[in-house]
Amino acid sequence: MPTVSMTVNGKTVRRDVDPRTLLVNFLRNDLRLTGTHVGCDTSQCGACVVHADGRAIKSCTSLALSCDGMAVTTIEGLATGADLHPMQEAFRQHHGLQCGYCTPGMIMTAIDLVARKGHHLDEHTIREELEGNICRCTGYHNIVKAVAAGAEAMKAPAEVPAMAAE
Amino acid sequence: MYAFNYHRPASLAEASAVLVANADAKFMAGGQTLLPAMKLRLANPSDLVDLVALRAELSGIRREGDRVVIGAMTRHGEIATSDVLLAAIPALAGMAAIVGDPAVRSRGTMGGSLANNDPAADYPAAALALGATIVTDRREIAADHYFLGLFETALEEGEIITAIAWPIPKRAGYEKFRNPASRYAMVGVFVAERADGAVRVTVTGAGASGVFRATDFETALTADFSSAALAGVAASPEGLNTDIHADAEYRAHLVGVMARRAVAAATA
Ligand SMILES: Cc1cc2nc3c(=O)[nH]c(=O)nc-3n(C[C@H](O)[C@H](O)[C@H](O)COP(=O)(O)OP(=O)(O)OC[C@H]3O[C@@H](n4cnc5c(N)ncnc54)[C@H](O)[C@@H]3O)c2cc1C
Ligand code: FES
Ligand code: FES
Repeated sequence: MPTVSMTVNGKTVRRDVDPRTLLVNFLRNDLRLTGTHVGCDTSQCGACVVHADGRAIKSCTSLALSCDGMAVTTIEGLATGADLHPMQEAFRQHHGLQCGYCTPGMIMTAIDLVARKGHHLDEHTIREELEGNICRCTGYHNIVKAVAAGAEAMKAPAEVPAMAAE
Repeated sequence: MYAFNYHRPASLAEASAVLVANADAKFMAGGQTLLPAMKLRLANPSDLVDLVALRAELSGIRREGDRVVIGAMTRHGEIATSDVLLAAIPALAGMAAIVGDPAVRSRGTMGGSLANNDPAADYPAAALALGATIVTDRREIAADHYFLGLFETALEEGEIITAIAWPIPKRAGYEKFRNPASRYAMVGVFVAERADGAVRVTVTGAGASGVFRATDFETALTADFSSAALAGVAASPEGLNTDIHADAEYRAHLVGVMARRAVAAATA
């Protein structure tokens, strides 16, 4: 079996894999990082979104082997100890989830959106950008609010205690 | 997904050699079409030739005189935000911005889309309207001779698209009526007035055998490049798709609506 190695949430990992192994199954089954979800497995729903070299991708639509040498971040890699990432905190504050199944993908997509389009996001932009993330519960209103608030909060690192302390 | 041998060649020659040696081998660029098809067992390659290591060589966007050359492995997201392209052919950058969703755009490539020639894909409409040249590891193919039908192209066994050259038009516009579930075009219309004044109107998503030219629309716009000139022009439902999303009549109607909007966008 071929070997794949990559950095996941800052740690280097190396495993032998069946070439068919999708990145999402590598993360969930091999690394036991089950925060990344499979909603559809047909590239439609966005529950499986992670960052690969800083860009949001659908981990159900990438082979683990194609990510060899890349830096991957999953929902488990966002918080600093007990302190949630500002986007996670915004979802909590604004009640941006009900069952929570879509949430990891929503948050990873939202953080990528901030990286591409900045901290001041209007409702229209947020709705357009969440096109590839499907939620069966919330009706999206609170997700959109959470993304807008999280985007603003991400620009103020001084407000994040863990970073201010360093 | 059925088992396959995985290859990650470091050169074009090596990549092509795997395909020539294995009749059932396939290239993979962004995997945004191929992997879903493999999961459904609609595609079952014996060998998968991942072009990921050729990305540096095969990607990038640069202006060369009166055309813009885009590397085959350039991703939709990079195309959508390229300053060079936004200045030269904004309609093409705008098209890239509405392919799929952000995650698809951060993996999917222009070369992969044109190699696949999905009848509902966006780029084929732009290529046929603007007169793009498909550059491969062996030759250059004019768009007029490249699209041969549903998922059929002029590419030969093991031939790799390396770049696509796009002549800069005087003006162009694209409008797409998206299938709300898949985000592919139910009907997409590209209009262009080329540098030499020739007018092209192309339609994707609607044709039963893929992208095609709407010549009645071209004639009307050649006389007068305005959406008003299209007021009396209608597309025929003959040869258009009927499926669960829309019948041929409705698609024909949408061709007219999208064409008028595309002209409005081009002349705005
Ligand atoms: C949810 C979703 C929505 C989408 N929506 C749209 C949409 O709205 N519009 C649209 O146009 N597309 C859409 N797509 C398809 C997307 O644009 C794909 O990225 C594209 O069709 C294929 O590009 P790829 O790089 O992913 O190719 P791959 O999937 O890797 O390959 C596709 C085919 O092309 C061949 N190939 C790839 N690169 C080359 C090359 N350089 N030379 C020769 N052959 C090559 C492969 O062998 C394979 O047969 C969507 C996809 C998804 C998953
Ligand atoms: S599980 Fe990947 S897009 Fe739905
Ligand atoms: S919160 Fe349940 S799917 Fe989104």
